Amino acid sequence: MKKDRRDFLKLAGCAAVAGVGSSTAFHSLLRGEAEAAGLKRAGTKKDKSGTRLGMVIDIQKFIDNRDLAQRCIRVCHQIHNVPDFGNPKDEIKWLWTDRFEHVFVKDTHYRQAQHLQGMPVLSLCNHCDNPPCVRACPTKATFKKDDGVVGMDYHRCIGCRFCMAACPYGARSFNWRDPRGMDEHGRSFISEINPEYPARTMGVVEKCNFCTERLAVGKIPACVEEAAAAEAMFFGDLNDPDSEVSRVLREKFTIQRRPSLGTYPSVFYII
Amino acid sequence: MYGSGRIIPALIIFVGLMTFPIWYNAGKAQQPPELVLPSEYSECVRDTQFMRESHMVLLHEWRDDILRKSGPRSGVTASGMQYERSLQKGCMSCHYDKKNFCDQCHDYTAVVPDCWACHLEPTKEAI
Repeated sequence: MKKDRRDFLKLAGCAAVAGVGSSTAFHSLLRGEAEAAGLKRAGTKKDKSGTRLGMVIDIQKFIDNRDLAQRCIRVCHQIHNVPDFGNPKDEIKWLWTDRFEHVFVKDTHYRQAQHLQGMPVLSLCNHCDNPPCVRACPTKATFKKDDGVVGMDYHRCIGCRFCMAACPYGARSFNWRDPRGMDEHGRSFISEINPEYPARTMGVVEKCNFCTERLAVGKIPACVEEAAAAEAMFFGDLNDPDSEVSRVLREKFTIQRRPSLGTYPSVFYII
Repeated sequence: MYGSGRIIPALIIFVGLMTFPIWYNAGKAQQPPELVLPSEYSECVRDTQFMRESHMVLLHEWRDDILRKSGPRSGVTASGMQYERSLQKGCMSCHYDKKNFCDQCHDYTAVVPDCWACHLEPTKEAI
C-alpha cells in the first residue's frame, strides 16, 4: 500500500485528537486536579478562616543587640535537644543566622542596599501556608496542622530527604550521625540534655516546630520569649486582627522570604 | 534396608537431640516476668489487661492525636486521676524503673521496641 506524506499527516492528526480527547489525563487537567508544584495555588486568595500562627522578626533590633540572635539560638537548641556536631556539613539547625543576601536571595531584585550586605538575619522554618515539604514527603511524616504549624512526626520519617530538597529555605537538617553520641574527644553532641523533650535518632530529618509543645501549655516560642525584652520578635495568630503579630504587621512594612515561590511563609521580617 | 543398623539409632539420637528443649522443660511452668509496679499508685490510665495487651496502641493513639490534631496533652482516668499523655513525661514518671518494668516483659517476649532511640530514659537521679 502506498502512503504519501499527506495521508500520513492526516492520520497522525486524527490519532492525536482522538488520543487527547479521550484520555483521562486531559480531563483531570481540565478539572485542575494535577497541581504542578503548587503553581495553581500561587496568587489565589488564601483562606482567612481558622488559626494561622505566624511570626515577625525585626532585624534592626538584632543589629542593636549583637548577642541576642545567639541567645535565641542557644535557648531553642537547648530545650529541643538539638545536637551540635561541630561540623558545618553535618550541622543541625532549627534556628540560625545567615547573611542578609543569603536569606533574602536577590530573586527578581537586580541590586540590594549596600548596608544590608553581610547583615546577620535570624532564620527558621517559615511554616508556609502552602508548604512544599509536606507535598514532597512520601510518608506523611511532615504535615500541616490546623493551627498553621508545619509539624513533624519523627517516628514516620524514613530519612529520604525529599523535604530538604523541596524546602527553598534550607530549614531542614538531616541527622547524618547519632545525635546522642559523642565525638572522638568524648564531647556529647547534646551538651545539656533536656529531659522534658525527646531527642532524635540517626537518619531522620528535623526542623523548628514553632515550639508546639510550649504553645500547648500556653507559652510562646522560646526564641520570642528570649527576644521579648528587646521587642525583636512577635508571635501570634495572623488571622486574628487583634493579635500582637497582626498589630505589628499593620504598623510596619514587612517582607517575606522568596514570596515569588508561592509558599506563603508565615514568618515576616521588618528590615 | 541397607545400613539400617547405623541409620535408625542415629535417627533416634537426632530426633532426641532436636526435641531436647521440649522434653527437658516438660511439666515445668515457665515463670512469667515479675514486674516492679510503682508503689505510690494503685491504678494506671486504663485497666491492667488493656495496658498489658495494648499499651503500644495507646501510645500510638496519643502520638497521632497530639502531633497531628493538636489533641490534649493530658487525660483523666475513670476515677478522676490526671495524667500526662506522654511516654517520657507521663508513663515514665510513675514507671521510672524501666529495667524492672518495660524491659522485663520485652525481654521475656523477645520484643525490641525502638522507643529509647529518641526518647530519654528516666535518669538515675529520677530513681
